[in-house]
Amino acid sequence: MSMNNQGRPTGIGTAGTGASGSALLPDEPLLFEIGDTEHSGVDLPEVTLTNDRLGGFGRNTRLDLAGLTEPEAMRHYVRLSRLNHSIDSGMYPLGSCTMKHNPRLNEKMARLPGFADIHPLQPVSTVQGALELMNQLSYWLMTLTNTAAVALSPKAGAHGELLGMMAIKAAQEAKGETHRRIVLVPESAHGTNPATAAFLGYSVKPIPARDDGTVDVQAVKDALSPDVAAIMLTNPNTCGLFEPQVIEIAQAVHDAGAFFYCDGANFNAIMGVVRPGDLGIDAMHINLHKTFSTPHGGGGPGAGPVVLSEALAPFAPVPFVRKGQDGLELVEHVEGKALGRVTAFHGQMGMYVRALTYMLSHGADGLAQAAEDAVLNANYVKARLEHAFSVPFPDYPTMHEALFDDSFLKGTDVSTLDFAKALIDEGFHPMTMYFPLVVHGAMLIEPTESESKQTLDRFCDVMAELATDAKSGNSARFTAAPMKAPRRRLDETRAARQPILKWERPADVPQAAE
Amino acid sequence: MRYLPHSAHERAEMLGVIGAADIEALFSAVPKSALKSFRLDLPDHSPEFMVEAHMRALANKNQAGGDGPFFVGAGAYRHHVPATVDHLIQRSEWLTAYTPYQPEISQGTLQMLFEFQTQVAKITGMDVANASLYDGSTGTAEAVLMARRLTRRSKIVLSGGLHPHYRDVVKAYLKDDADLVCLSPSPEGQGDILEHIDGNTAAIVIQTPDFYGHLRDLKGAAEAAHAQGALLIVVVTEVVSLGLLEAPGALGADIVVAEGQSIGNALNFGGPYLGLMATRKEFIRQMPGRVCGETVDADGNRGFVLTLSTREQHIRREKATSNICTNSGLCALAFSIHMGLLGEAGFVRLARLNHANAIRLADALDGVPGVTLLNQTFFNEMTIRVTQPAAGLVERLARRGILAGVPASRLLPEDPEVNNLLILAATELTTEADIAALCTALTEELA
Repeated sequence: MSMNNQGRPTGIGTAGTGASGSALLPDEPLLFEIGDTEHSGVDLPEVTLTNDRLGGFGRNTRLDLAGLTEPEAMRHYVRLSRLNHSIDSGMYPLGSCTMKHNPRLNEKMARLPGFADIHPLQPVSTVQGALELMNQLSYWLMTLTNTAAVALSPKAGAHGELLGMMAIKAAQEAKGETHRRIVLVPESAHGTNPATAAFLGYSVKPIPARDDGTVDVQAVKDALSPDVAAIMLTNPNTCGLFEPQVIEIAQAVHDAGAFFYCDGANFNAIMGVVRPGDLGIDAMHINLHKTFSTPHGGGGPGAGPVVLSEALAPFAPVPFVRKGQDGLELVEHVEGKALGRVTAFHGQMGMYVRALTYMLSHGADGLAQAAEDAVLNANYVKARLEHAFSVPFPDYPTMHEALFDDSFLKGTDVSTLDFAKALIDEGFHPMTMYFPLVVHGAMLIEPTESESKQTLDRFCDVMAELATDAKSGNSARFTAAPMKAPRRRLDETRAARQPILKWERPADVPQAAE
Repeated sequence: MRYLPHSAHERAEMLGVIGAADIEALFSAVPKSALKSFRLDLPDHSPEFMVEAHMRALANKNQAGGDGPFFVGAGAYRHHVPATVDHLIQRSEWLTAYTPYQPEISQGTLQMLFEFQTQVAKITGMDVANASLYDGSTGTAEAVLMARRLTRRSKIVLSGGLHPHYRDVVKAYLKDDADLVCLSPSPEGQGDILEHIDGNTAAIVIQTPDFYGHLRDLKGAAEAAHAQGALLIVVVTEVVSLGLLEAPGALGADIVVAEGQSIGNALNFGGPYLGLMATRKEFIRQMPGRVCGETVDADGNRGFVLTLSTREQHIRREKATSNICTNSGLCALAFSIHMGLLGEAGFVRLARLNHANAIRLADALDGVPGVTLLNQTFFNEMTIRVTQPAAGLVERLARRGILAGVPASRLLPEDPEVNNLLILAATELTTEADIAALCTALTEELA
């Protein structure tokens, strides 16, 4: 018998109540089970190569790729799509992920041929509009954060973190301070923070959280030494709290000759309301796919531009845009102290178009209103649920996320995971679970500004009802959940122990003849 | 504001439930000096039609690929993307879904990733593939780090045919590393990488077709690397070439990294693209990035999950194989749909058509006075030497409406020897008329 990662049996004693295979949600076979190597959904002229220039490196092995005609492909991918939850079909109360509405104007603009059909290496004189767009986006990001420079090219948040920390490293090396080998990371940080620091060869020194969920300036001062390169701090932090001593922390870090890297994953709470540059940050990445609504796309693509302080601006990577004699210029090669490049070409142009469209639509007033509504929504959820749930850090109003712990489940047979899975049967995506790590059985809820009061009320009603049911001992509803999703709980242990990572042709199904 | 659902009345009602006097009360932890203590020099919100006009004006200042003859490549290629692909990826359930961490309600994305991994493994001839990386360049840097972990050796040798941006990204990731050997650019296709392999070599990195379009011998490289216990990393920037060229896996590659943009994804001025990574089965636990695997659910039904996550940052934190989190899910979907539409028959036909058009282009260029073709071998891209600096020539041709390719000097400004070199690509979209227009204009400009 196999177990899931909560140690619950996954194959025994559970009724087959899943919605899979039902009339409206048919199970869909794999592409390789419905297509074959002869079918194709693309008409192309057949050419014969009489005198190829492949120098004997031509293919002798078969590709064995399955093909589908257009109607078959349409049905395959439409059917598959219906097995997904999405922000357009329902709320994602996922803390730290900012699953907000994705305006379709953004998609329409990104597909204009003047943006989608231009090559990164065509002459700069033929892409002046693209450079202007990068310039305008840079201006918005620098203005919203009150910083001196921005490096647009990182491909996602973690990539931006890497670039920001590289800039810090380069700045310190330029001063001859190569002995700075330690990076301070609060225990509540995203996993990418310590991973990034370690990637660059730093040793990570954790900073404990105070009982109220925030970082103590004294703990930072105690940890600072001449060997510390930087602190990586998320603000608002992953407990949903604004760090009340952030200015003092920045001051202490700077006094020790170190830099302040701010993880900008939670910028949605403060855009247009607080400028991180005013708090003393030196570098911060901005997830365009969170704060500025570029779609998550089932796991990317993202974009993670990094804003930089005066001190770090000279260490920005290429490429960047600047004004030249004949219009805008694209600087593609290292000049002076810059750290080189972290990606081919110029970054995520498609995401720049979407993010700037979103910014222009909102304007300064709309962005501030969006941040305030995001904070309002999180506090509303917290206020409506704080009696049924347990709030680990009640001292401060929350920012754009409401954090609960699992102490309300004490004495029941229901785990945080079970509770979250039961939400699926009620039509909601689970909240973020077991993160941040500093809270036992954390449940982190980020409604975003996109949810109406009606949706929030329904979500809170469902949450409260589930909490009552869990406490009353009806554990089966939770431990067996989800029952109405396309799949019941999946055996993750088996997937990891005996990895099957691609389709293998069964022995009795031959390839088509050559 | 059209995207914000609350009315003023609802906001007031919600503040009442919270027990806050006003919205500022919810920001009480923010130091007073930092809360709305500024006026932003930015416009206020705008109707949809005005935003659209602003963006269109910017787009109209760019010369789109479809506006005239187009021969630009060097790591990004202009191919046809079937209408079906762009329609499907804009379905809400694909476009606006989150990373599939909750597999019960993400089977669409997960099954697609499983199919994608299978397609990537098949075209590269490798055992396994991951669920995508950011792009080919960062994928190459990740592959280099992976080879170091696998071999516990440090020396990395980059071939002179590796795309200069890819080389620069590896350099940035391995900053100031004495064990990184970057060979000089090799526009003639010359290769002496094998001489650099020794007992401390973790991997050699070879791109084929290389930056200049030459096809490189992978079998010999694999044998030489393996004889010293080193790994062969193969980089492919034009993934369509795998329809016609032998799979790197069949020739002894240990890790294959490719830029997948050519299939399903538009040029987009350089991004978003998608990195493909495939490797041998025994190396999967050192492979970076998300991986999707098959399993069963509580009812015994086949299902898919993200797996082997103990390699990843959200579990392993500072001990992770990479800091990567978000990858290129939607670009992988576009790739997978396009590849699913092509199938083996279509993919091979597409590759053949690209090669056939490149042969036409090469033969035509060969007849232009002042042009010397450097390639003996190529797939769909080639390098020519002209009698004047290529950058100025390309600029003048652009004014005539022809995007003639990439001057090598744009990527290698420090190397005067490449000043007169021009790299040109042909794809299935290149017509006889495009080639004729290019050759006529070249003849006049070089006269």
